[in-house]
Amino acid sequence: MKQYESRQYTIGLIFLVVGVIFLIRLFYVQVVDSHYKLDATNNVLRTVIKYPARGLIYDRNGELLVYNEAAYDLMVVPKSIDDEFDTLGFCKLLEMPLEDFEEQFIKAKKYSRYKASIFEKEISARAYAKIQEQLFNYPGFYVQTRTLRKYPEQTAAHMLGYVGEASPKIIKKNSYYKSGDHIGISGIEKQYEEVLRGKRGQEVQMVDVFNRPKGKFQNGDFDTTAVSGSNLQLTLDAKLQAYGERLMQNKKGSIVAIDPSTGEILALISMPTYDPNLLVGRKRSKNYGKLSVDTLKPLFNRALMAKYPPGSTFKSINALIGLQESVLTPNTQYSCHRGYRFGSRKMGCHPHPSPVNLEFSIQTSCNAYYCNVFRTIIDKYPTAEEGYEVWRKYVTNFGLGKKTGIDLPNELSGFVPETDYYDRYYLKGRWGATTILSLAIGQGELGFTPMQMANMVTAIANRGHYITPHIAKEVNGTSIRELDSSIVRNETGVDPKYFDEVVEAMYLVVKQGTGTSAKIDSLEVCGKTGTVQNPHGDDHSTFIAFAPKDNPKIALSVYVENGYWGSRWAAPIAGLLIEEYLRDTITRPAIEKRMLEGNLIGTAIKVERNAGN
Amino acid sequence: MRGTKSLIDNIDWVTVGLYFILVLAGWLNIYAAVYNEEFESIFDTTQRYGKQLLWIGTAGIIATVILLIDERFFSTFGYLIYGFIIMLLVAVLLVGAATKGATSWFEIGGFKIQPSEFSKFATNLALAKYLSTLNIRMKDLKTKLIAAAILGLPAVLILMQNDTGSALVYGAFVLVLFREGLSGNFLLIGLITAFLFVITLVFQNDVYQLPFEVELTGGWMLIIALFIMMGLVFYLNRKKKQILLFSTVIFIACSGLVKSVDYVFNNILEPHQSKRINVMLGIESDPYGAGYNVNQSLIAIGSGGLTGKGYLKGTQTKYDFVPEQSTDFIFCTIGEEWGFLGSFVVVALFMSLLLRILFMCSRQRSDFARIYGYGVAAIFFFHFMINIGMTIGLAPVIGIPLPFFSYGGSSLWAFTILLFVFIKMDADRLEVL
Repeated sequence: MKQYESRQYTIGLIFLVVGVIFLIRLFYVQVVDSHYKLDATNNVLRTVIKYPARGLIYDRNGELLVYNEAAYDLMVVPKSIDDEFDTLGFCKLLEMPLEDFEEQFIKAKKYSRYKASIFEKEISARAYAKIQEQLFNYPGFYVQTRTLRKYPEQTAAHMLGYVGEASPKIIKKNSYYKSGDHIGISGIEKQYEEVLRGKRGQEVQMVDVFNRPKGKFQNGDFDTTAVSGSNLQLTLDAKLQAYGERLMQNKKGSIVAIDPSTGEILALISMPTYDPNLLVGRKRSKNYGKLSVDTLKPLFNRALMAKYPPGSTFKSINALIGLQESVLTPNTQYSCHRGYRFGSRKMGCHPHPSPVNLEFSIQTSCNAYYCNVFRTIIDKYPTAEEGYEVWRKYVTNFGLGKKTGIDLPNELSGFVPETDYYDRYYLKGRWGATTILSLAIGQGELGFTPMQMANMVTAIANRGHYITPHIAKEVNGTSIRELDSSIVRNETGVDPKYFDEVVEAMYLVVKQGTGTSAKIDSLEVCGKTGTVQNPHGDDHSTFIAFAPKDNPKIALSVYVENGYWGSRWAAPIAGLLIEEYLRDTITRPAIEKRMLEGNLIGTAIKVERNAGN
Repeated sequence: MRGTKSLIDNIDWVTVGLYFILVLAGWLNIYAAVYNEEFESIFDTTQRYGKQLLWIGTAGIIATVILLIDERFFSTFGYLIYGFIIMLLVAVLLVGAATKGATSWFEIGGFKIQPSEFSKFATNLALAKYLSTLNIRMKDLKTKLIAAAILGLPAVLILMQNDTGSALVYGAFVLVLFREGLSGNFLLIGLITAFLFVITLVFQNDVYQLPFEVELTGGWMLIIALFIMMGLVFYLNRKKKQILLFSTVIFIACSGLVKSVDYVFNNILEPHQSKRINVMLGIESDPYGAGYNVNQSLIAIGSGGLTGKGYLKGTQTKYDFVPEQSTDFIFCTIGEEWGFLGSFVVVALFMSLLLRILFMCSRQRSDFARIYGYGVAAIFFFHFMINIGMTIGLAPVIGIPLPFFSYGGSSLWAFTILLFVFIKMDADRLEVL
């Protein structure tokens, strides 16, 4: 076969050509093209976020209100699921229909066959305990730990707010947040987000193809530890809050209670409310949807966002302004015969003895008296505008018609019209005291939040000033007064000496006037009832109160929607709360029982239907 | 007969040295590929590297035994060995154990033996024996048919075991037949077929807009191109009648091939095979599916850079991003940890071995030893080309081992036997009359 000898060179050439092609290709892949190196880094390095534990929240007495509970994300690596996988058994373990399993599995597979993705989010610790024991039977599945908020007391939902995953919008706006981070969305959780969230840590790990950690990258030089969020103590009295919520059950309305000496919020109730545990974890969006379509608007925080006219409770303020403006003395008397006549019109009043002095005017809530007082204040000045400006200044000094500055998001400022509002409405120079006479008795355009009303009571209780109301007491043991310079003493501009007369009158309201249903033996309770005219249905029952008369410890405003007279619902509830807070016992169980059993929701719904027609 | 002294003198120590270096490098890379801090000892026989050492040790014994056997044993019993292996291939179909869809293993007391690895050696023996028979001429049709039968029988049996990769190896013997006188046209036809197959796959689904609102698929475009080429050949050779006939036949054959690619691709190849080919040709991109292996393999090799990440420091292979990293994708470990320099050395070592074998073939006096030698070179070359080619994306993913590097006892033994039988023949070449 010598004739084919030269063919050995052909064969050798074929070998060499393939070898050279390989070397060229290898040189290109290994030395020239750098994108494989980047891919390799992406392959093997995982930045594992170390989520800090969110700060705990306590009430003023150290009672735990919010803590963290472990939850588990079930992860899956689709590649590891083979034909021998016991799908039915797994579905049974997870209590998941087969269709859901398949749907989830296809989703995970679409994401990647080799990389882990979340199969089921936020499994509760309880459900996990059961799954955990058998999970080893199902290769390809493992769990990742996360924390969820838990509310053992189930109260103060509006105030505490809730936590959720940071939305793409937030992530875009604030570079701190990354996808999957938790963030406070409302209430305290939102307001004190930076205090509670702590500091995120990270660990740069080297991982294998199944995302299993294989060790630290460069001995952990790029790692940082997570710093837990600070614990927050609130000024809230959880017991009082819970009691208030019970008294308000089956009613709509709001209660705000403040410690006048410090401006600390003791209770902030908005009814109807909901269990804060509903807005946690994977059930949140479902429950949120349900709550948001509820006609009773349980998500609406009435304490900070509902505007009601103050009604007769506002008469105390007009009295104080009159005294300060020297248009009124304690002895000033006005007669009242079922109302106040001006021109051809008349502001009605209920039957009571006449004439009336200051003290009795508050006690009996005389409309005519305050029409006179209001007119004299406005008419003291050359023009109605000037007079009104002076009056308005006092009103806003009481924290009304502007934000009180409470450390909670979404507070509304309420409404006290500016002069140009009336200029627009009645034309400039064409309006006067009588045009806006409703303001004298706390009606008309006025709209205040329950928060503002409670703050107003605080100013009366303190005889002329209030401390900016706040809900946070201590951050990690440091007083909020040291951390937050916006909490200050605010003066009303009314001399303390003028308060004695008004306070005495409010004391008599409870002792023997319209507010006797708030009376507590052995306690000097001061209060003022109000009946807020409601064009949509039954009037709202309202009551403001503080106690004790000297060195007051609690000031509160109570609104019960569609509760009619202040004395019917608001006053007894205020009395019970004061007794609960100051005495820790209830001496009038019959009233308590009536309040607990009272149901105004039916009325409210009926009224809403009527209003709709 | 002959003393041990003359044996030692006559052994080609260059080849033995290359063998030794390749096996040692392979073992160290298996250690790196499955490196596990819990079992740090390279001698730990519960791990693959420990087992591989056992295989290497036994392979050494086998090599020594082969060197001591009279070389005439292999030429005498060539057909018998072939027959025995064919029986084993049949038997494994009946009683073999299935791994990854292929029934190609005998399980004997915890060890697995893969007859298809040894059948390469046996087939090479039988082919060499047949072709070295007196008065055999490659030009004869009968010779071609018998040679084809010798190669085809084991290939078909292995195909039936579902081990396509190992069956394709028998195609490598075309090089041997070519050396022994098979017309170069067969190589050419094979190349053209492969070229047309690839071209058709790439273009067949494209749609071309032609003037007069005619739309044609890529397949038809290719046939038109072939027709134009045939016309050109017609025109240039318009005086030679034979060429006319010949080019017409070629044209019809090629057109038939183009039109049948679709059928072969979709009906004859397994779905995973056609998918792998599509990925290699860039028709389909599926980095987490069929293309995952190649993609990760390229990432591992590419991340090695010029000098590599250092021994045992490869992250891609150590953390299992590359599948089958101690067997079919062992080259990734080399590329990642030793970089281009390491890859260069390995490619150079294989080139040296192949060229050395060719050189040894040229000095054989007996046809039998020479033909056998070319068979050895062809088999090594095919494994080298397909295995490294697939790790760097130049060949479709066909699961065949890289000689001496890939983990596995059967393949190491088989390659050792294959090579050392030739070394033995070479050592005794002076005694052949």
